[in-house]
Amino acid sequence: MTTTQPAAKRGFLQRIDRERLILGLAAPVLAVVISVLICSVLLLTSGKNPIDAFHIMTNYASASDGQVSILNKATTYYLAGVAVAFGFRMNLFNIGADGQYRLAALFAAYVGGVVNLPSFIEIPLLLIVAMLVGGLWAAIAGILKVTRGVSEVISTIMLNAITTGVIGVLLVPGIFAPGNAGGVSNSVQTKLMAPSSDFFSITTQGGSLYGFIIIAVIVGVAFQLVLSRTRFGFDLRATGRSESAAGASGVNVKRMVLTSMCVSGALAGLIGMPDLLTNSHYFGQNFQPGLGFTGIAIALLGRNTPIGIGFAALLWAFLDATAVMLPLQGNFPPEIVNVMQGTIVICVVVAYELVRRYGLKRQQQKVGAQLAAQAASAEKKEVAA
Amino acid sequence: MGTANAAVELRGITKRFPGVVANHDIDITVRSGTVHALMGENGAGKSTLMKILYGMQRPDEGTIAVNGEQVEFSTPGDAIARGIGMVHQHFMLADNFTVLENVVLGGESLYGIGARAKAKIKEISDQYGLNVRPDALVEDLGVAERQRVEILKVLYRGARILILDEPTAVLVPQEVDALFGNLRELKSEGVTVIFISHKLHEVLSVADAITVIRRGTTVGDADPKKVTARELAELMVGSELPSPQSRESTVTDVEMLKVDALRIAKRDAEGIERVVLDDISLTIRKGEILGIAGVEGNGQAELVEAIMGMLPLDSGTVTLDGTDVSRELTRARREAGIGYIPEDRHRHGLLLEAPLWENRILGHVTEAPNSKGFRLDPAAARQDTLRIVQEYDVRTPGIEVTAASLSGGNQQKLIIGREMSHKPKLLIAAHPTRGVDVGAQAQIWEQIRSAQREGLAVLLISADLDELIGLSDAIRVIYRGKLVADADPATVTAEDLGTAMTGAARGHIESDEDALAEAAVIVAEDLGRSDTPPSDAQPSDTPLGDTDTTDTAADDAQAGE
Repeated sequence: MTTTQPAAKRGFLQRIDRERLILGLAAPVLAVVISVLICSVLLLTSGKNPIDAFHIMTNYASASDGQVSILNKATTYYLAGVAVAFGFRMNLFNIGADGQYRLAALFAAYVGGVVNLPSFIEIPLLLIVAMLVGGLWAAIAGILKVTRGVSEVISTIMLNAITTGVIGVLLVPGIFAPGNAGGVSNSVQTKLMAPSSDFFSITTQGGSLYGFIIIAVIVGVAFQLVLSRTRFGFDLRATGRSESAAGASGVNVKRMVLTSMCVSGALAGLIGMPDLLTNSHYFGQNFQPGLGFTGIAIALLGRNTPIGIGFAALLWAFLDATAVMLPLQGNFPPEIVNVMQGTIVICVVVAYELVRRYGLKRQQQKVGAQLAAQAASAEKKEVAA
Repeated sequence: MGTANAAVELRGITKRFPGVVANHDIDITVRSGTVHALMGENGAGKSTLMKILYGMQRPDEGTIAVNGEQVEFSTPGDAIARGIGMVHQHFMLADNFTVLENVVLGGESLYGIGARAKAKIKEISDQYGLNVRPDALVEDLGVAERQRVEILKVLYRGARILILDEPTAVLVPQEVDALFGNLRELKSEGVTVIFISHKLHEVLSVADAITVIRRGTTVGDADPKKVTARELAELMVGSELPSPQSRESTVTDVEMLKVDALRIAKRDAEGIERVVLDDISLTIRKGEILGIAGVEGNGQAELVEAIMGMLPLDSGTVTLDGTDVSRELTRARREAGIGYIPEDRHRHGLLLEAPLWENRILGHVTEAPNSKGFRLDPAAARQDTLRIVQEYDVRTPGIEVTAASLSGGNQQKLIIGREMSHKPKLLIAAHPTRGVDVGAQAQIWEQIRSAQREGLAVLLISADLDELIGLSDAIRVIYRGKLVADADPATVTAEDLGTAMTGAARGHIESDEDALAEAAVIVAEDLGRSDTPPSDAQPSDTPLGDTDTTDTAADDAQAGE
């Protein structure tokens, strides 16, 4: 095996070879550049100076309060991205992350208000509740797909709408909201959660940073390990690449669909937790919606890899956080950031596909060329012999 | 060979893809009104050349002349305008349309879509004896008839030069004869046919001229009246041709696979129940190769999937090595010792966009060396992939390249290496040498053989009757989901087997002595067996993958095309 040893090592270097790295970076960079251009044109036509706008954004991002705000947002976005990406990795389009995390947050907030245990039990309990609720809610779509062949795209979209209804039914005085609201406040919300449920935060110059960022990192590492280092992860990736080949290879595709839908939902359950456990401590009608959809965009942008999602979440958080400053400091419309996010996603989807095809073709040609070279040298030897 | 009556003249055609030369210095002259065969192994560059002639790709160098006139094609439309038409290997027909609708589709401006078009179709059909019914639904047609519709479609568009890409691959011998009848008819009406094939006796029986392509260039023209199959084969491969050889029987008494009264019914789109497998019973013993002959779509795929556990059974049992596995899932069956070489390796055998070492794990993720417990062991899997690449002669620059970048033969060798690495008790080999060049084909046969000698039971499904007869210890014929006939490969000819495949013969089929003797001569000539003693099997200690085969490295190098 002495001859194969160095080859295996070279294999590791090949995996991070420069060309692949450049190809991988080309798509997102290209997408960002194009969207910046489009936004510049938009700003110019409305008579504003785009340079000023970008200046405000970068300025804010280099200030410490801006950075903390970006990191806090990114923590939430990262969880959302990972939740959606888990489904994507096996070609499941979990659009329902949005409903899953809202329902999960409602239940977690309720349990947190009712149960008062020491922190080291309370917090894990709440996280488990959130993941369970998210997972079970997603399981509905999984079961429908497996047993009746309903597309998860359709069923999760509908479940999102149903979630809103369910929350409306549950979040009323006497059920999940305290009974004695008395109709004074028009904001209905769950009871304030027990103080022990407070997740620590790190005090910095720029404000308090969510301690939950640690959970997000752990989730990212676990995501990577499960996918690349376990049998389950291999089955999942195989199913994502080719359902038919996975089926023939012995993967129980139906069970796989159900499991990954549940895991995706469970991860989605965590999306609302950073805010709930460090910031708001209750679930009310003003609880931030739409994070599930943000997650889809971030997963796409991050190519469903933990590191890519990290960068995507930071970019997204940067755009969102700095959007706030645009009207304050330069009378710019904050919507310009929405345009930017939209164009980035569209461009990145197109660019990834182009890069993927180009990469495949290029590799085929490289392999062909290398084999031809081998064959040619072999032929020469034959002739010499 | 004057230029005046040359329908197509290709001079010095060279086509480079970055890093790969797919074609270089190709010279072909096709005289008009002839059937001109273009022969070569898979990956030799035939399809690239035909794509160039049909305007799908532009040559880097060289000229194309049609009927003496220099032309340049940038789209297939240009080629059609010059009277060149192509019938692809995979039919491009809409199943739920009638023949008439399929023919006029995209050519509505020619003769309209009504009575005029129908009359034209009838006229063409009669003129060339194609026997096409314009009002029949394409989904009701058999393969041969669909092919005739494809030919008619091309003629309808005014083609006088027809390119047929591997037209016989999907046909049974009788249908091949009928097709050749059509081709002769076309020829007599002045149509020029360019016929791509790698089946020697077919080419010899129908072609007026032969051009052989190897490693991207023309290596020679041959006159079918003078050349023998053996000479032709050597031109194609560049050295001596391998063959399935007869050998002493390794069949034992131990039953390895027993399939009993298998029945599967499927509901089709209209809700009508169709029985795809009907009362199938068969037994394969250790060291036995059981061949299943049949026209594609008669239940072979379902039989394989039923044994693999990919299709639920309606009734019946599958017993592997004495254990009933009918209720087991696919993974458990694979772990119990079923190796699987799927018919469609892209759909069922490989993750095309995954690296080779991940493909080595596919299907055996629960087994050593791929995993320890629930943990994957990529390092061990990589090591073992390197071993497979070496032992099974997979031509690749490394194991980190994607499976898609390998040529068909090398993909297949990887699959076989993977399946054999887990010491299967039963190997299901569905069309194991389909789309594989001749060199790799011999290696694959030898690998199956040597595994058989070690006691492997093999279920062999193949459309290549010579392969079936050459490899199998027993043959069963499947027709409309039923095993209708059986035969001893030693006493049956491909023709008689072909008859049984159409449902015309049942029970035990045995060819008469004269036909057998005649067939043996043809086969011997075809496969170069005449100078190897028939019972002289290869020594049983031949290491796997290390067979005396031809060097086709350069052909494989065309993977990039």
